[in-house]
Amino acid sequence: MSIWEYANPKKFMATSAWALPWAVGLTVVCLVVGLVWGFFFTPDDYKQGSTVKIIYLHVPAAMMAINAWVMMLVASLIWIVRRHHVSALAAKAAAPVGLTFTLIALVTGALWGQPMWGTWWAWDPRLTSFLILTLFYFGYMALWSAIENPDTAADLTSILCLVGSVFALLSRYAVNFWNQGLHQGASLSLDKEENVSDVFWVPLLVCIAGFVLLFITMVLLRTRTEIRSRRLQALLARERVA
Amino acid sequence: MRALLLRDLRLAFRSGGGFGLGLAFFLILAILVPLGVGAEGTTLGRIAPGILWVGALLACILSLDRIFALDHEDGSLDLLATSPLPMEGAVAVKALAHWLVTGLPLTLLAPGLGVLLNLAPAGYPWLVLSLLLGTPTLSMVGAFGAALTVGLRRGGLLLSLLVLPLYVPTLIFGAEVVRRGAEGMALATPLALLAAISLGAAALLPFAAAAALRVNLR
Repeated sequence: MSIWEYANPKKFMATSAWALPWAVGLTVVCLVVGLVWGFFFTPDDYKQGSTVKIIYLHVPAAMMAINAWVMMLVASLIWIVRRHHVSALAAKAAAPVGLTFTLIALVTGALWGQPMWGTWWAWDPRLTSFLILTLFYFGYMALWSAIENPDTAADLTSILCLVGSVFALLSRYAVNFWNQGLHQGASLSLDKEENVSDVFWVPLLVCIAGFVLLFITMVLLRTRTEIRSRRLQALLARERVA
Repeated sequence: MRALLLRDLRLAFRSGGGFGLGLAFFLILAILVPLGVGAEGTTLGRIAPGILWVGALLACILSLDRIFALDHEDGSLDLLATSPLPMEGAVAVKALAHWLVTGLPLTLLAPGLGVLLNLAPAGYPWLVLSLLLGTPTLSMVGAFGAALTVGLRRGGLLLSLLVLPLYVPTLIFGAEVVRRGAEGMALATPLALLAAISLGAAALLPFAAAAALRVNLR
């Protein structure tokens, strides 16, 4: 089995139709278990009180916001190199999902920051990077929707995605330089001594798995929609000619 | 290449070329900010580096869509694409011409506006140097954005949205250099990073922009 087989839309549709119910089911199970466990069956933090529970939405959403862009980058590269249409459509399908995760991370962060930091927003490196990421998502989606010819749009957005990735990384480190952060550092690393306590860690892992599955489900679903709409357009075009 | 450069410069300087627009915008901003913020010297001096950099950046954005749009309309872009000059070279020359008519005059004008904004005396050489190093990136990134949106009828808004996040690192490092310079702090690191971004953009972005143009002319 190789990823290249799925460049064939028919093959992709068949496999994704088989995989989609599984993905939906697993997503629901993971999210329900993780969120219920996290919200109702974990203790309050001794300093943060119950606001700590926003971690179960904030951290997975923030992780997936970045990973969605990475997935778009890979899909764009595949499109540029091998010109597989499914790949371009998958990148297109992932963008609104990634944007939503970015906004979820920003909003939950603001809701948590208000009682904890005493402010909705601070020009902290991580927050600023996410704001910039939001702009990248908006620009990417706007470019997709602005161009009529689908192949041209796929080409241009792929180029934008490549260049944007480089600048997103640059910005990530540039803002570090410009302001010291208010946001806490990483506390989920696999190789560190000091990490978040297991009581929070295990349900958080389940939530992260749920968000990964949610992303996969949404992207599969949206890619299928894109493929169908492409087929529809082809049919309409054929009808006009005939 | 030289012919293309001279042609672009001549077009820009003649009436209707939009040469003065960016400069006028920069001047207006530097006059309006003190009027809006208040004439208090210390406040103005503190925000001067940021204001000058933001002003230069916005003035640059104003003229971005002219880089390729007019040539696309009258068909000379197609001629350029079929000429023996590689597309990458044409893009680089276009960006250079844009820098010569916006970035360079902005750099030269900036110290004068620094006086208006009460910039600390130690900041002036660094203001000029940072703009000199940073504005080429603005033009080059702008040329890339313009290449992406050249086929669109009203690409102006989209163009600003696309280049805005791309300008972030340059703006941060550029303003940081001036701020540190004005306060007499060590500034080798941001200056080096600013130069690195400029060189990297000049080396790599022509290829990306040329690829985008080829797609648009297909």
